[in-house]
Amino acid sequence: MMTNRIQETFEALKGKGEKALIPYIMAGDPSLAVTESLVLALEQGGADLIELGVPFSDPIADGPVIQQAAERALRSGTTLKKILSTVTNLRKKTSIPLILMAYYNTVMAMGIEAFCAQAVQAGVDGLIVPDLPPEESDLLYEAAQAAGGPVMIFLLAPTSTAERRRAVMKRTHGFIYYVSLTGITGAKLTDLSRVCQSVQQIQRTSRKPVAVGFGIASVAQAREVAQFADGVIIGSALVRKIVEHHSASTFLTEIQRTTRQLKSVLMPVTATP
Amino acid sequence: MATFPDKHGRFGQFGGMYVPETLMPAIHELEQAYFAAKRNRRFQQEFHDCLKNFVGRPTPLFFAERLTKALDGAKIYLKREDLCHTGAHKINNTVGQALLTRRMNKKRVIAETGAGQHGVAVATVAAMFGLEAEIYMGTEDMERQALNVFRMRLLGSKVTGVNAGSRTLKDAISEAMRDWTTNVDKTHYLLGSVLGAHPYPMMIRDFQSVIGRETRKQILALEGRLPHCLVACVGGGSNSIGLFYPFVKDAKVQMVGVEAGGHGVGSGKHAARFSGGKPGVLHGTMTYLLQDEDGQVNPTHSVSAGLDYPAVGPEHSYYHDAGRIRYTSATDAEALAAFDLLAQKEGIIPALESAHAVAEVVKLAPTMKKSQILIMNLSGRGDKDVQQLAKMRGIPL
Repeated sequence: MMTNRIQETFEALKGKGEKALIPYIMAGDPSLAVTESLVLALEQGGADLIELGVPFSDPIADGPVIQQAAERALRSGTTLKKILSTVTNLRKKTSIPLILMAYYNTVMAMGIEAFCAQAVQAGVDGLIVPDLPPEESDLLYEAAQAAGGPVMIFLLAPTSTAERRRAVMKRTHGFIYYVSLTGITGAKLTDLSRVCQSVQQIQRTSRKPVAVGFGIASVAQAREVAQFADGVIIGSALVRKIVEHHSASTFLTEIQRTTRQLKSVLMPVTATP
Repeated sequence: MATFPDKHGRFGQFGGMYVPETLMPAIHELEQAYFAAKRNRRFQQEFHDCLKNFVGRPTPLFFAERLTKALDGAKIYLKREDLCHTGAHKINNTVGQALLTRRMNKKRVIAETGAGQHGVAVATVAAMFGLEAEIYMGTEDMERQALNVFRMRLLGSKVTGVNAGSRTLKDAISEAMRDWTTNVDKTHYLLGSVLGAHPYPMMIRDFQSVIGRETRKQILALEGRLPHCLVACVGGGSNSIGLFYPFVKDAKVQMVGVEAGGHGVGSGKHAARFSGGKPGVLHGTMTYLLQDEDGQVNPTHSVSAGLDYPAVGPEHSYYHDAGRIRYTSATDAEALAAFDLLAQKEGIIPALESAHAVAEVVKLAPTMKKSQILIMNLSGRGDKDVQQLAKMRGIPL
């Protein structure tokens, strides 16, 4: 099996006793130029991997915050091809693992083989397709393997049966994306003890890292999730911050500060001064 | 021709289950529940009894004598789905799914609606079966179909407006899917057309096939032979597949599906998926989809809210590529002219959706021999459209 930057990052963090901070931002919201500086700011703030959302007109797994971000990104003329160019530019400046989160139709429209080849060339490490369960993923999975990447990351949800958990654990690369709640992105996460139980159950049967996302909105929640998960994904809360602050002169410093706060609670307890 | 879908829920390359992981277990549960119900004699008996005593089936197959004379060609029969309880074929499917909801022990149903006919049919069965119902509707459609919004509320359902995207059927489906994702353990998504992830296209086709089975029996009794041609409008495609499916293996029976041509397929303002679309994935299924080169779903237009949707049922995509069904379109103007024609020649005010099928009959019948039989599915009645029409013609009511 090929190793890639995602896997290497999780292994390095494990060695240091840290948990991965994985911010999600919508590519092209408000523009791809801003996305480029945001990725660098997030990295400087302590992000370990970054998810870039690919805007889609009908994002069925997303709540209002990310739906509106997608609408803004589409209005600014963002396309999958342009996002790949942005990744190409970014690769001159950073080697942080980059993961695209794209609805299947945007990938299909580009052509599955063409997408995989260009994504590898641009330097995309991973791919999450929220409307592509393992049973429909053969075409893309095989094309990605043939192209030498990007690796596919699959999701598990509170509703997943034992049989489905096994199928996802087998097929996912890099990490397992655990959806913390039965719902859409940005919903209110209330029952963290249930999330903990589910994540530990997955960890008992799989050695792959588990990152938790959907609904983690505060530093306090991130701290709690980091007690048991290998990574914490922050999406809607960050996207909201971006739309509120992007026109301010202190925008990037503000995002860096938030990122640093989040990362600080993912460090080993003994290392905190 | 093989029987579809296959065990992966596919009609050739079309169909499948493209939904988030959270919904996959519910999709499998529904599939199992449906297969069990399909084999269960009591379920089938209950379904049949409801269709007979509540919906009012069988609906007549009516010889349209004056229309036939006026068009001077094929002998035209109308399958009168407009005479179903609530005024359209939609209720056939909602009765079936409500029975299934009860079997799955779920107490709440959600649904999307465009023209409001499916919403009214859901509100109706929810009242009859004692289920809680919430219906999502684009705010643009709520304006176009204010009367149906009020009907749903009268029946005790909650109607929730959807302000996202184009504020029409497509956005109502997205929002219903989000609700389902959030409330999946207690809620059944009562989808209204042969769309969405497997098993919906198959299950809804099966429930609607009562239309074609009755038609077959009726035409054999009336004429002693099968029709030469079947015509129906295609939005998602449930009334058309309901009529066509029991005839699919009769190679001599031609079939024509009529999509919404809006301002004309050259204008870009239409919902003719087979004229401007290409295969893609929307709302859980792979099918012909109106989209731009980057895979973003294109806005659609039709005078009829029920046909105003960018994708089509996956089984239609299969028959399209296989050449078994011919798909064409009728423009807004053609549908409106056909609406008047049917009203004045036969005393039947059709739904604007069904008027698209009438428009194709107007083109097709004169090219056929007088000995040939043409059957059109009159999928719904036009009472719901009367206000909109008056407004379009500048007539204060």
